[in-house]
Amino acid sequence: MRGILVPAAGAAGFVALWWLAVLLRLADPVLLPSPLETFNDTAKSFTQGPLLHDLWRTVTRTVLSFLVACGIGVPLGLLLGAKESIYRAVEFVVDFFRSTPASALFPLFLILFGVGEGTKIAVAAFGAALVILFNAAYGVMNARRTRLLAARVMGASPLRVVFDVMLWEAMPQILVGMRSGVSLALVIVVVAEMFIGSTDGLGQRVIVAQSLFESGLMYGVIFVAGALGYLLNLTFLLLEKRFIHWAGK
Amino acid sequence: MNAITPREAALSVRGLRKAFAGVPVYDGFALDVKRGDILAIFGPNGCGKSTLINMAAGLLPADAGEILYDGRTVDEVRIGYVFQNYREALFPWRRAAENIRYPLRRMGLKRAEIERRLEALVADFRVRFDLNAYPYSLSGGQQQLVSIMRALAVEPEVLFLDEPFSALDYETTLSLRTLLQQVLKARKTTTILVSHDLEESIVLADRILMLTRRPTLVADDIAVELAWPREAATLSAPNFVAIKARCLDVFTRAVAGA
Repeated sequence: MRGILVPAAGAAGFVALWWLAVLLRLADPVLLPSPLETFNDTAKSFTQGPLLHDLWRTVTRTVLSFLVACGIGVPLGLLLGAKESIYRAVEFVVDFFRSTPASALFPLFLILFGVGEGTKIAVAAFGAALVILFNAAYGVMNARRTRLLAARVMGASPLRVVFDVMLWEAMPQILVGMRSGVSLALVIVVVAEMFIGSTDGLGQRVIVAQSLFESGLMYGVIFVAGALGYLLNLTFLLLEKRFIHWAGK
Repeated sequence: MNAITPREAALSVRGLRKAFAGVPVYDGFALDVKRGDILAIFGPNGCGKSTLINMAAGLLPADAGEILYDGRTVDEVRIGYVFQNYREALFPWRRAAENIRYPLRRMGLKRAEIERRLEALVADFRVRFDLNAYPYSLSGGQQQLVSIMRALAVEPEVLFLDEPFSALDYETTLSLRTLLQQVLKARKTTTILVSHDLEESIVLADRILMLTRRPTLVADDIAVELAWPREAATLSAPNFVAIKARCLDVFTRAVAGA
């Protein structure tokens, strides 16, 4: 109970400060609507407007690009991690593109994939895949040598060693990669929704609300996007805790 | 006593060479281990005890020489290997029983046979803790016992033990090695034990191989003719004390003679 009360008090404090700022007229009401107004505008957009659809679109794009990223990042990461010499050779390239802001790649991906769904998902998947690949590779490279030897002594073929030991040894790190990857995918998807040929999605809704001076809705969509990111992160934290029961023991 | 005929040898090493970064550890090393014997290898730090069993187990390539199991290479026989660090040797994502079943699955045994072997091991080691637990929830002694059961499950031609008790407390070590010697002798498992504990080596072994510093040679080859089973009283028996004195003497000279 205490575990929920304390963060709830913090959130209530944040809303109280916000309300206070509104009451003291610290900013133009058009720029800073009250929490109640924000809530009402957002709720209205959910029930009567396009917000639910936008949320759904953003979730779909994020999940889709995350799945593509896992499909590429996990197997490739395992493979590269298992052959450390190859990983060392591509490490710089992986690190370089991992550090490149994905938004800088929009024009390139627009040329490659055209204006449409494909581009948004491809850029987000690209960014997330590198993070997942990097973590999977490191997970494998840090696999306990004794465990690999133990599997070999017990007659496991090299392929079995990969699936029976390396994959499991890398699993905690892979999940860390997935958690960062899904967060990054959400960031890229939201930005892509703002700027590359979108008619829906949370990113599109934020920027439309802003340009129409619907500031209550704008704040609301920001909070919805925040809640989505938070929930995705929490989901993966819970998955790690439940699934990787042996971690750190 | 060390005249072992080829038919009696479970393991034969001839002309073994191994160097690390140009420094020879083994340079023409030979060894025969009699079937059913427990051989303890004892020597100064860095003399290559673990290197020897790792090469024999096929975990480390030798530079030259041959290591044969009754004429076959390590890839053609079943061996068991118990690592010093049980925490890093067991698979923590599998339950203890699944760890023991793992090598049997790799052998392609039928489920009934796998269960028969598991039950036999449970009976032999008088296991009372829950094998459905995950390894990390077991005590250190229990985890190492699971490692030993996993290594013995395949009914190995040779069992390698690399300082199996060094991470355990004395009380656990005593009970585990009493249990282990009973099982190894009942199963007539040829065993090579690497230990840095002289008392443990003598108590568990039929024969002790004392090694010198690098390049490693046999400093002495001592038969341990103590009656089985060896118990707490064995540790104070006159011939135990005599063997220990001889080993210590050889060891001191082997270390000093470098």
